[in-house]
Amino acid sequence: MAEMTVPTEASLRSPARRRRRRPGAVPWYVYLLLIIAVVISAFPLYYMFVVATAGASAVTSVPPRLYPGTDLVGVATRVFNTVPFVRALLNSAFVSLSVAVISVVLCAVAGFAFAKLEFRGRNALFVLVLLTMTVPAQLSVIPQYLIVSKLGWVDSLQAIIVPGLASAFGIFWMRQHMSSTVSDELMQAARLDGCGSWQLFWRIAFPVVRPAAFVLGLITFTAVWNDFMWPFIVLKSPELFTVQIALKQLQANRTVDVALALGGSFLATLPLLVTFAFAGRRMVSGIMDGAFKG
Amino acid sequence: MSATTTQVPTYRDRQKPDDRPVRVRSSLAERVAPYAYVAPFFIIFGIFGLFPLAFTFVVALYHWNPIGEHTFIGLANFTRLLHDSRFWNALGNTLGIFVISTVPQLLLALGLAQLLNHARLRAATFFRMAMLLPYITSVAATALVFGQIFDRNFGLINWVLGLLHVHPVNFLASRIGSWTEIAAMVTWRWFGYNTLLYLAGMQAIPREMYEAASVDGANGWQKFTRLTIPSLRPVIIFTVVMSTIGGLQIFTEPLLVSPESGLTCGAGRQCQTLALFLYEQGFGQFDFGYGSAIGVALFVIVVVAALVNFFLTTRTRGAR
Repeated sequence: MAEMTVPTEASLRSPARRRRRRPGAVPWYVYLLLIIAVVISAFPLYYMFVVATAGASAVTSVPPRLYPGTDLVGVATRVFNTVPFVRALLNSAFVSLSVAVISVVLCAVAGFAFAKLEFRGRNALFVLVLLTMTVPAQLSVIPQYLIVSKLGWVDSLQAIIVPGLASAFGIFWMRQHMSSTVSDELMQAARLDGCGSWQLFWRIAFPVVRPAAFVLGLITFTAVWNDFMWPFIVLKSPELFTVQIALKQLQANRTVDVALALGGSFLATLPLLVTFAFAGRRMVSGIMDGAFKG
Repeated sequence: MSATTTQVPTYRDRQKPDDRPVRVRSSLAERVAPYAYVAPFFIIFGIFGLFPLAFTFVVALYHWNPIGEHTFIGLANFTRLLHDSRFWNALGNTLGIFVISTVPQLLLALGLAQLLNHARLRAATFFRMAMLLPYITSVAATALVFGQIFDRNFGLINWVLGLLHVHPVNFLASRIGSWTEIAAMVTWRWFGYNTLLYLAGMQAIPREMYEAASVDGANGWQKFTRLTIPSLRPVIIFTVVMSTIGGLQIFTEPLLVSPESGLTCGAGRQCQTLALFLYEQGFGQFDFGYGSAIGVALFVIVVVAALVNFFLTTRTRGAR
């Protein structure tokens, strides 16, 4: 009797807790909070779209206009007439694609050597790469400019492409994936069959890490497409500008036409959004995998 | 004692059985091959990465005009830097923006990762992809759109403040206002990326540990603070380090935040960061020597930050 009338703390709590933990039961507020986060994530992009389709009036209306219009062609035409924007898109595509492809190849080969081959100085070289990852590259931007100008590359696209090829992050990424996904047993077996180290890389290791290499390519492409400071320093002629530098030019015209900068921003982001629509899922899982390999 | 214990495989050994390098047949070609594989990377890395880093320290000792001559002036650039209020101002701005962008960003990411970590969450892929939208948006585009959202006359924020009967705020005019605007851009751009890193870390924690904690009577909050957070330590350290490096590089946001603000980010230099100050001196004033001295200062700050980080993390580890 007495035991019945004095319920323990556990017996009071357990029915409710058990109900909450039933499989499938995600509390409603989790969805609410996540949807708020999605709105925050997407809003600035959506707002670019609104201005890009509604034109200048959207930027000066009170209350602020929050729904798209129908004048995308008009805004885009003005963007294209103000700066060589098509040229800028092509420049960005060329530079980003070149860096992504070449640097992934360089990093895959070097990452393979670091992960799977033995050679003197291996650890020292790798630590050197890791250490430079922790130093912001732009602190040495002045000597970088001096070198590029010694080579006669100022105001040329190779001034962006070549220095971008050696990515410390890329080599770190490829090494991690090589050492965690390429099995040594397979490598040993291939060696007994007479494979040289190049065949080990090309026939065994690279096919295994190809998904990781693809994600690294996407990340590199995005980073180069979005880079601002270095192109801003080395590019002088408008016909060589990348999209980000073209945006700066559009902003300078902001006093004349406020919608230009945002319309241009939307057009500059659109190619990445399209890529993301197709490859975003792989990018998400690549970033999540990459975090703890090795 | 520990020296006499022999060959007990550690957790680390078991975790990475594949990390042993393959023994290379010792033909000459095969012994040289690894160097050939890393050479292309290291040649470019040496010329455009390592050498400029070292050379920054040399250029900083010169009065170096890009088109004129350069003369050795010893440490004069550094004494000038230490007495330059513009430098201390830029340092303060950089640290201020770093703090008010990193702290909310990482807390937000932790909370969101916890929400996304529900085992039965529907549309999980959609939510994860949505978190990455800001990451693919360029800093330049971000700066331009936030410039409009924070605009004094027609911006969304001031419209909302107006509904609450608050006077319109001219964010860029004040120090704290311009910091807030720039920190909002940084936070927006990176919270989702960090969320995914934390989520990956959370998914690596074995479910049994949570079950064991429940058996011991831990509630949700206790599980989060006593189990989740300690398990995420390596990821948290990683994100703090990356945010520190990112914070020291803030350049595009203050440059593009408004068409009028220019290289100083406003007449009072209220939001000029160190990176922007470096650019202003190096490429605006063509004083390469002084600009490099600012680069060296950035290097010193990185080293100090790394040491602080190291001591903090080893101390917290000792406390546990």
